[in-house]
Amino acid sequence: MKNIFASRIGIIVVGAVIGALAPLLQYLGNPKNMGICVACFERDIAGAIGLHRADVVQYLRPEIMGFVLGSFLIAMATREYKPRAGSSTVIRFFLGVFAMIGALVFLGCPWRALLRLAGGDGNAITGLLGLIAGITVGVLFLKNGYSLGRSYANKKAAGWVFPAFMLALFLFLVFNVSFSEGGPIFFSQKGPGSMHANMWVSLGAGLFIGGIAQKSRFCTMGALRDIILARDIHLASGVLALLIMAFLMNYFVFAQFNAGFESQPVAHTAHVWNFLGMTLAGLAFALAGGCPGRQLIMAGEGDADSGIFVLGMIVGAGLAHNFSLAAKPDAVVEEVYKIGGIGMYGQAAVIIGLIFCLIIGFTMREKMQA
Amino acid sequence: MSAKQIDARGLSCPQPVVLTQKAISEGGESFDVLVNSNVSKENVVRCVEKNRMKAEIRQDGEDYIISVSR
Repeated sequence: MKNIFASRIGIIVVGAVIGALAPLLQYLGNPKNMGICVACFERDIAGAIGLHRADVVQYLRPEIMGFVLGSFLIAMATREYKPRAGSSTVIRFFLGVFAMIGALVFLGCPWRALLRLAGGDGNAITGLLGLIAGITVGVLFLKNGYSLGRSYANKKAAGWVFPAFMLALFLFLVFNVSFSEGGPIFFSQKGPGSMHANMWVSLGAGLFIGGIAQKSRFCTMGALRDIILARDIHLASGVLALLIMAFLMNYFVFAQFNAGFESQPVAHTAHVWNFLGMTLAGLAFALAGGCPGRQLIMAGEGDADSGIFVLGMIVGAGLAHNFSLAAKPDAVVEEVYKIGGIGMYGQAAVIIGLIFCLIIGFTMREKMQA
Repeated sequence: MSAKQIDARGLSCPQPVVLTQKAISEGGESFDVLVNSNVSKENVVRCVEKNRMKAEIRQDGEDYIISVSR
């Protein structure tokens, strides 16, 4: 049976649907220009289970669980559920850690970069340029034989572990579990972590997007990579559809469009670090073979190597906040506009992350057999 | 000359495509690409068709053999 979602029309429709749902989720309560942000939402999950104590970004985001479970269910139903593992596990974990550190320096994953742009946030442009720079470096490595090696088929049960983890997180949310007084699960009372759509709406949107993204192979990093690598605009047409649809929804339907650089929601104007943060994230995504959204989808299909990348991102979020690496948004303090951005440790982490990725890119090479 | 085979099973995206593209740009007129996921199969076929070549797909257990030719 032909997979219509993987056709050109299919990927455009999928991009447009995601572009429509994200602003809707914002309208229904998710943070501004953050209808869906894989990095931010994984960071919120890290906070909810106590891996960091930044009390404004703690929530068990059902969208993330929905992506994995939706992908898992649809992959099962369409015989694409294939447990696999064994491709440079620890490297993938640390690529996830540094990808998250980079994303939290910019304050968003590529999906949110698009949604920020669609909401009028000009800082997204510097971020997206950084993303392109990082992916371009990744493509150079790929052209020179970069490879993390093969994955191998695993037992059927192996692929259940990650979806089961996500289901457990969702149950913690549904039953509002508290493990000790004043302890986890933490839920933000203020800030972005306190802003969310109804959990069933979020889960439903997540499941639906997880399903269509699994069938269409939607990937923001892949979109840019394929243009740079092979002048292939297939995935990019879906990403463009997301951007245009999100803009139209923000502008005409929800009045959520507000153009400019300053005073943008959960964003900062430290341009150099917006650029470099996303350069690091883009390079890490390219070396790991998928944007954070795609990694969740593949984890749902049974790819343990993607699962470990996601776990790396969640742990990375914990480190980013515990070690003061994550950026602070611009804010107005006592009527003075204060530029956010990152401190010394955040800057060092970005540089170390870039060096780590470069070393991986140069050393993990296979002789091209073709 | 058809004996050439590229084993791209288990490789992450986009390595199967990179290897296929390389074989084509080095003048490969006829070769097989081995993959073991629908995603890799779709990507390799798209790459082959973009290069105005033919892709014929056979299933072999869990694997797909994509025969590329002019």
